[in-house]
Amino acid sequence: MSEFTYLFRGGRPQGSSPEQWQQQMQKWVVWIKELGEKGHIKDHGRPLERTGKVVSGKEKTIIDGPYAEAKDLVGGYMLIEAKDLTHALELSKGCPIFEVGGSVEVRPVMKVDL
Amino acid sequence: METTDHLFRREAGRMVATLTRIFGVHNLALAEDVVQDAFCRALEVWKFRGVPENPSAWLMATAKNRALDILRRDRTARTFAPELARLLENESKLVSVFDELFSAQSIKDDQLRMMFSCCHPKLSEEAQVALVLHILCGFGVSEIASAFLNSEAAIEKRISRGKKVLARSKRLFDISGIEDFSARLPAVQRALYLLFNEGYHGASPEFVVRAELCREAMRLTALLLAHPLGGTPVNYALAALMCLHAARLPARVDSMGNLSSLFDQDRSRWDPELVSEGQRFLNLSATGRELTAYHLEAAIASVHASAHRTEDTDWRTIVSLYDTLMTINPSAVVALNRAIAVAQLDGPERGLEEISAIAGSDRLAAYPFYFAALGELELRRGQWQVAREHFLAAVALARNPMERRFLEQRVSACKRGNTQHVASYEKVWNRQLPAFKNRLEGEDRG
Repeated sequence: MSEFTYLFRGGRPQGSSPEQWQQQMQKWVVWIKELGEKGHIKDHGRPLERTGKVVSGKEKTIIDGPYAEAKDLVGGYMLIEAKDLTHALELSKGCPIFEVGGSVEVRPVMKVDL
Repeated sequence: METTDHLFRREAGRMVATLTRIFGVHNLALAEDVVQDAFCRALEVWKFRGVPENPSAWLMATAKNRALDILRRDRTARTFAPELARLLENESKLVSVFDELFSAQSIKDDQLRMMFSCCHPKLSEEAQVALVLHILCGFGVSEIASAFLNSEAAIEKRISRGKKVLARSKRLFDISGIEDFSARLPAVQRALYLLFNEGYHGASPEFVVRAELCREAMRLTALLLAHPLGGTPVNYALAALMCLHAARLPARVDSMGNLSSLFDQDRSRWDPELVSEGQRFLNLSATGRELTAYHLEAAIASVHASAHRTEDTDWRTIVSLYDTLMTINPSAVVALNRAIAVAQLDGPERGLEEISAIAGSDRLAAYPFYFAALGELELRRGQWQVAREHFLAAVALARNPMERRFLEQRVSACKRGNTQHVASYEKVWNRQLPAFKNRLEGEDRG
């Protein structure tokens, strides 16, 4: 088993009614529960605030927000276990974020031998 | 959390009501934004951390914190609820004031304030109901549109106009004074009644949606009853009629998902708790001088509820209740229901006479159950060809697949020699006959 990080980008809840929002949440709960029951979740990770600033360059310039567009914002991360990258990609396909225009970046966690 | 649990929807109404109380009715849109924020936050946090043990409290606390932030930030630039201005300006007391404003009792009162505010005399009854559903019950525009078989554009327009009227009313309705309370109460009762009816008799093809409308009407009526000024006989009558009708909901659709008429329902599926709750409310409603349509409708439902079999129904009492109802609230639909009861009591010919005598029956021309009733009575007196025509007319007017299926079955029951329904009707009649004779003989003696 190898470890992978899922970076969730974009995909703000869509719809205009509480019922629709609840349904989207429900889908996440179901997906994560399923991953957990199959033993794929190493760490549930944390949600990230949508605010924040970026410091960059020698000048250490501070700019508002990491990205101008909400669709590029990382909303949270999760640590999962899978056989290989193909498997990790396959597992990510059940994520409800795709239904609301978001994406999942799947990155293998580097194996470091101490 | 189950998908059937409409937590977000329910909490939306509670949060909007309380936030609007604090921000002021002119800031309704701000309150709605804060609610949406709270849901977004829940979505983001819960999907990673799981649903908290008490999700309602979590959402309300999130809304409360956000409201505190906004109040502190915008206090100088914006006016909030004028009636709370003095309470909110003192920073050192703000947290304890907020605790009070978000107490369980306050939240209940806020929903009532909002309910009374939504029933503004400048708004049509349809607009009031749509507004209550949207603001207090958390229904989205498209959900209301599909429940009412209306276009989204029409509902959108109705709601946005309603919100404008609300915003212009400057402050939320004051529910503490008996005069204002009593003056606005009939409009509130009417809106709750219409909301319930939309669920019970409405056209939405989704049975689940309709049951939810009934449930919401009952929840809001319970809030009304719990208010110190809310225990009026008319409110009890309204609550009684809702309970007694809702008790029959589980049997309205049979195990095959087909609509089942009152005559054919499996009465063992009626909810006994709701029946007894309804009877209790009906007893509580029987005081004072005012006899309303709610009283009579509840009483009719109560007669049905106390008959374990269709043939045990006391049709004589039902007809006389309809007679009274016709004097205080005459309508073509009431007259039609009365005619059906007359047919049960005195036979299909008498029922048909009553139907043809209905004033303004052209208003029933788009109502599928008008033709269904004609068909039923013609079939009972053996006129299967005439009956078939009526049922075909009813099918053409069916408002959803469930109604259509039900009516199509009635069409196919109209065959020569198919005396099944006639027979079952005669069975009913024969069983009633002895009781009927006894009563007549009793009258002779008297």
